[in-house]
Amino acid sequence: MEAISVENLVKRYPATLAVDHLSFSLERGRILGLLGGNGAGKTTTISMLLGLLVPTSGRINVLGHDMAHDRFAALARMNFSSPYIALPARLTVRENLEVYGHLYNVPKLKHRIGQLAEQFRLTELLNRPAGDLSAGQKTRVALAKAFLNQPDLLLLDEPTASLDPDTGDYVRTALEEYRRESGAAILLASHNMAEVERLCDEVLMMKQGRVADRGTPAELIARYGRENMEQVFLHIARSEAL
Amino acid sequence: MSGAARRIWGLIYRHLCMYRHSWPRLLEIAYWPALELLIWGFTANFFSRGIHEGAAVLAGAALIAGVLLWEIVLRSQIGVTLSFLEEIWSRNLGHLFVSPLRPAEMVAALLAVSVIRTFIGLLPATIIAFLLYHYDLFAPGPVMVLFFLNLLVMGWWVALGIVSLLFRYGAGAEALAWTIAFGITPFACVFYPVASLPGWLQPVALALPAAHIFEGLRALLLSGQTDWAQFGWAAALNAAWMLAAIAVFGAEFRRARIRGALISIGE
Repeated sequence: MEAISVENLVKRYPATLAVDHLSFSLERGRILGLLGGNGAGKTTTISMLLGLLVPTSGRINVLGHDMAHDRFAALARMNFSSPYIALPARLTVRENLEVYGHLYNVPKLKHRIGQLAEQFRLTELLNRPAGDLSAGQKTRVALAKAFLNQPDLLLLDEPTASLDPDTGDYVRTALEEYRRESGAAILLASHNMAEVERLCDEVLMMKQGRVADRGTPAELIARYGRENMEQVFLHIARSEAL
Repeated sequence: MSGAARRIWGLIYRHLCMYRHSWPRLLEIAYWPALELLIWGFTANFFSRGIHEGAAVLAGAALIAGVLLWEIVLRSQIGVTLSFLEEIWSRNLGHLFVSPLRPAEMVAALLAVSVIRTFIGLLPATIIAFLLYHYDLFAPGPVMVLFFLNLLVMGWWVALGIVSLLFRYGAGAEALAWTIAFGITPFACVFYPVASLPGWLQPVALALPAAHIFEGLRALLLSGQTDWAQFGWAAALNAAWMLAAIAVFGAEFRRARIRGALISIGE
């Protein structure tokens, strides 16, 4: 069953064509990497998947809900994390998680926050203001917020940005386990190609708002005769042809 | 608690937590109403010297009641717009708009925060008015609740208009949050009757619920009688302005989603 189905998605601004007839789908229980250089259309695509941005044309279906008419039903079953969107700095980590627990109608919230604090090594930080945390700690809090409602679909933008290698590995393992245990789908935008190779079942390479190529990391590496995804990314990003 | 009620509470709780951790923000809520009242209260005392005692009491009461009641509009408006701006400043809007929180629920939460802020803001000023100037705001009785509600609602629709401008122009329109309601003050006829305005300006004043409320307030202080016609005008105008503000808010929110402004609203 599809967690995401995108058909002929177009987003046109007065001076730019940000997304140009994009189509893809993501099955439940799978991890899809959305890659591309700056301005490739990744953020625009994720914003449309989240309902923040209305497409010019095309259709988005998330967890069986048409995002044009029924986005709140889908939003309740998905979640999002990005190091570029903050949580209120004055509030403690616990208060932030409580606020979002209420917004996502999480049952047994206190217990759930305890679970997540343990999972993301936040127990010692729960009573500290979010604004006092290091970048890596903030990323872990944002991930805990994204897991609060045990989402069927996770949209993650740079989920391990600012994390030290040990914590980064810990988070990747947590994502793999969550996908395996819950059957959730994960859409991952990352510039960490080692992470993409490890986590993603399939990769969608975007360039100038279009799909430049797609496939499993192994298929893409073989197709371009490269040694790893980093080299594939550079090849596609620097090639003239789409 | 139903899903909608819990989501609304979630956003109210977010603001309550913020005030719990920030005494300067809490102080700011009560600071301006108290300061305004001190300035205008002493001014009223000074100008009423030498006037016939009855007239002096009346003039003083009208001035102090005007200051206190107009603060309801200002505080309720600022309560909504400042709470919305707090989300922009903390770069939290992105998280809120991708949560199941509906725009109507967000507005409901902001209005609730505005009610809490207005009461916290006006309580010290009301006590100061009673202790320093022997003015009891609640002396006219339960009718004052209707005055309060009308002025609260007026602050809300002004605020929704400002939030709509924030959707359209981004945080660059932030200054409007502080200035628009003050710009309305001359036409609200808080301290003088509508008749004292030039003829061509009177329709502007009469289109505002506040002008009817303050005409009614002066009538109440002068005669002890409630002018229900003025009150009816105020309520009807508030309903019309509120509906218009909701329509504009809805349209600007939709427009912001088309233009991508929800992603870049803080820039």
